[in-house]
Amino acid sequence: MGALLSFIGVLVLVLVAVIGAKANMQFILGVAVPYAAAATFVIGLVMRVMKWASSPVPFRIPTTCGQQKTLPWIKHDWVENPTTIWGVLARMFFEVFLFRSLFRNTKTELHEGPKLVYGSAKWLWFFGLVFHWSFLVIAIRHLRFFSEQVPGLIQLLESLDNFLQIGAPGLYLTDLALISAVTVLFLRRVVLPNIKYISLPADYFPLFLIGGIAVSGVLMRYFTKVHIVGVKQFTMSLVSLSPKLPQSEIGAIFWVHLLLVSALFAYFPFSKLVHMAGVFMSPTRNLASTGRIKRHINPWNYPVKIHTYEEYENDFRDKMKAAGLPVEKE
Amino acid sequence: MNDKGKIMAGLIIFIGIFTFPFYSNLGKASAVPEPLLNTPVIKQMPVKQCVETKEYMRANHMQMLNEWRDMLLRDGIKTYKSMSNGKEYVISLQNTCLNCHSNKKDFCDTCHKYLAVHPYCWDCHFGPKEAGV
Amino acid sequence: MAKLPKPEELGKIDYTPPSTGWMDTPVEFKPGYFCNAAKEKNLAGLHMPNARTWSVKDEDWKLPDNWKEIIMEGLRERLEKYRSLRIFMDICVRCGACADKCHFFIGTGDPKNMPVLRAELLRSVYRKEYTTAGKILGKFAGAREMTIDVLKEWWYYFFQCTECRRCSVFCPYGIDQAEITIVGRELLNLLGLNIDWIMGPANACYHKGNHLGIEPHTFKSSIEFFLDDIKTITGIDIEPSFNRKGAEILFVTPSGDVFADPGTYTAMGYLMLFHELGLDYTWSTYASEGGNFGFFTNNELAKKLNAKIYAEAKRLGVKWILGGECGHMWRVLSQYMDTWNGPADFLEVPKSPITGTVFENARSMKMVHITEFTADLMKHNKLKLDPSRNDDVRLTWHDSCNTARGMGLLEEPRYIAKQVCNNFFEMPENTIREKTFCCGSGSGLNASENMDMRLKGGLPRANAVKYVHEKHGVNTVGNVCAIDRATLTTAIDYWSPGVRVSGLHELVANALVMKGEKTRRTNLRFEPLPGVEQVDDDQPEEE
Repeated sequence: MGALLSFIGVLVLVLVAVIGAKANMQFILGVAVPYAAAATFVIGLVMRVMKWASSPVPFRIPTTCGQQKTLPWIKHDWVENPTTIWGVLARMFFEVFLFRSLFRNTKTELHEGPKLVYGSAKWLWFFGLVFHWSFLVIAIRHLRFFSEQVPGLIQLLESLDNFLQIGAPGLYLTDLALISAVTVLFLRRVVLPNIKYISLPADYFPLFLIGGIAVSGVLMRYFTKVHIVGVKQFTMSLVSLSPKLPQSEIGAIFWVHLLLVSALFAYFPFSKLVHMAGVFMSPTRNLASTGRIKRHINPWNYPVKIHTYEEYENDFRDKMKAAGLPVEKE
Repeated sequence: MNDKGKIMAGLIIFIGIFTFPFYSNLGKASAVPEPLLNTPVIKQMPVKQCVETKEYMRANHMQMLNEWRDMLLRDGIKTYKSMSNGKEYVISLQNTCLNCHSNKKDFCDTCHKYLAVHPYCWDCHFGPKEAGV
Repeated sequence: MAKLPKPEELGKIDYTPPSTGWMDTPVEFKPGYFCNAAKEKNLAGLHMPNARTWSVKDEDWKLPDNWKEIIMEGLRERLEKYRSLRIFMDICVRCGACADKCHFFIGTGDPKNMPVLRAELLRSVYRKEYTTAGKILGKFAGAREMTIDVLKEWWYYFFQCTECRRCSVFCPYGIDQAEITIVGRELLNLLGLNIDWIMGPANACYHKGNHLGIEPHTFKSSIEFFLDDIKTITGIDIEPSFNRKGAEILFVTPSGDVFADPGTYTAMGYLMLFHELGLDYTWSTYASEGGNFGFFTNNELAKKLNAKIYAEAKRLGVKWILGGECGHMWRVLSQYMDTWNGPADFLEVPKSPITGTVFENARSMKMVHITEFTADLMKHNKLKLDPSRNDDVRLTWHDSCNTARGMGLLEEPRYIAKQVCNNFFEMPENTIREKTFCCGSGSGLNASENMDMRLKGGLPRANAVKYVHEKHGVNTVGNVCAIDRATLTTAIDYWSPGVRVSGLHELVANALVMKGEKTRRTNLRFEPLPGVEQVDDDQPEEE
């Protein structure tokens, strides 16, 4: 149900782009929407992060995943239970770039008895990693459409991506990787009953959207073809803030690709995709485990009424005296 | 704890990365590549016509070059029949393509450079001898 | 809990989700899966809102008319107070990595026990109230209206989470269901919707100093009762002090150790160890609770209950504080205490008077975990130990959730255990250390009326115990948690009979060769030591 709705949503976007391109709405599709989407993305994401930042982190609540720093002869796990900024940086590095926590994933199976077995289940980690990394490489690679002199690093990245030199234009491995990973991530949502049960339309929609972006990109590059010099002229005009619509026909598929990308940008700050920023700010991961080493201040800490020793002694003085317990007042 | 400073730094880095294409291109006039068709051979052609139409060649020349290579080297086919004008052409990069387009620098390279494409044709083939090179 | 099904019955778990979506599947209050409502006197005793007599089974929970406003205002306030909540509301991608990591989901198969879905119970309301998509698209954006049924669902499932943080270890963004449950329970408490098993102990702790409501004279006599047993076993007279000003160290442990088996044996262990060291320490009847059931109610009550420890340390003029074996006590001490009630600048940086070791890791909050203290003693050969007295013990180690995932106390207890016990076996890797399983009864859920749920939640832990029981003949589960000692016994007796639960300092005291002791014939439980003939004492057999 959620999947179908999301699929229809993406399909509608595709149709809008196709019809819009035919109906001479290139200005809207090519200039107005992309600029608005890019602005929404940056401003929306910044505002989202500022919103998060407006709430303090009152307590030191790292999830400790290794041995604490304690007696000198006990080996401290300085990454999984960090006490210094370097430890936190290392922990965050593994988390952000290698999905450390997801790497721990196990699969629980119940056998007769009952008997529980926990198997290794790295495939979610693997496809998650493939998905995010290939997406990142693809995004960086696209800078060749947004820079006059394409920086050497981007050219190097591209040649690595194309290192098998299959066909012409050369096959990008990340294109294959992204599409397979999106497919796997989608399939697990419909095949695994419990994952299906927790999935919202908002979980399918980005998958279809990103899938649509990847497929339209692949079609453009390898199959239906677009007037690529015309495309770059256009994209360059966009980033140099003097938009000029292409003079000649460059192919409807390009408008589909562009509209889907714009949709992704615009959708990003209002969806779960903000995990891109959130992962850096998760208090269970980015705090040093120094709750006993240093005092941390809770900005909204306020005094509370406690039951004082005096009140306690008043309640029990006679019993305490009878039991031989020392008291403050006789 | 608020970490406002760290968060601001993170946001500035994010904005810096995302807007890189904008500020790095600011005020730069984009030079549009114009592949030149002014070689002596082309000049002498009565009808200026490649093996296929201009649009087809622009989009598909890389695939065609691959196909030609396979036809000639793997299947021993020596000629190619044009889909657009029905003529037969000898399959040869040096003698057919580069005969007309003897100006790699002003023809092939213009777009390839513009788009940062690095075809590996020249890993094996010699480029045409160009005047002034 | 009148009739419990057999393990084979309770162990049949169906992981197939219902055919209706979770928003359309109403909560069913299954007997044995929830605790009794907080009593009026306990709510009133702590000046909690909406103190009244109510029952979970009643249709009408006697809420104020503006309950919805109270909840929404409470949620808004907490979003502004806790960045964790704000972020965790927004960034979950529902990858499901947490799903089969929760002991309650593994044990029940109830999809709303998947941490992701338990969080969605709150998130859905958040979306409706705070996100544009949620306001416009409603259900399609995963948003729903706050209704009385949603409130009851919250109550049922937020008191079906032990805040053990295991999900948070596996979450790629570190989303911690404990944070969400903590906030969920705070919101419920705004309407007087606690369980009595939490509210009762919290009220007792506030007024009497400990969860069990032991009054000062009884506290003292309970400990004196242990002294008699110690005298019988070792022939040694011990004279601990209470509320003594000028002692070097204040010792605080969960009151369960003083009151209930097998925690009592651990308490005897402390007494024997401290006597042997000649430690200048005192117990306190006022700060006679290390645990903190306020932590399962709201932040303010947790702070109030915790405040006694520093207050008492200051009153008595001690130099530093030693803390006993407890789980959530140490989560609170490690991650909250100094922030709430510090600075403890009237104390000194803890220094072992025996070895001279300075506990730099407790530099600011000035409280040392007893296993840190004892491990240091053993490393410096300050204790004479005869581990063969524990040769009948085949030990495995249960890391308690809070000391593992809220502190990282993993090696200290293992080091001690291996010093005092010759037979030590680890449970499977995925069930220990930071991946340890909860006993199924933590965070105040160790009542008796929710026994089915406790046993189901305890299944993963007990199952791993069973594995080493069958493979290595393990007969004892060691731990440093009072709730474990109180509840694991039940879960393990049910799922893996033949294995018992023991605090670490019970084992230490059994192995500890004390100056001037008589030849010991029994352990602290009055069972014959290995190689000793059956003692013809008046002590009963193990139950």
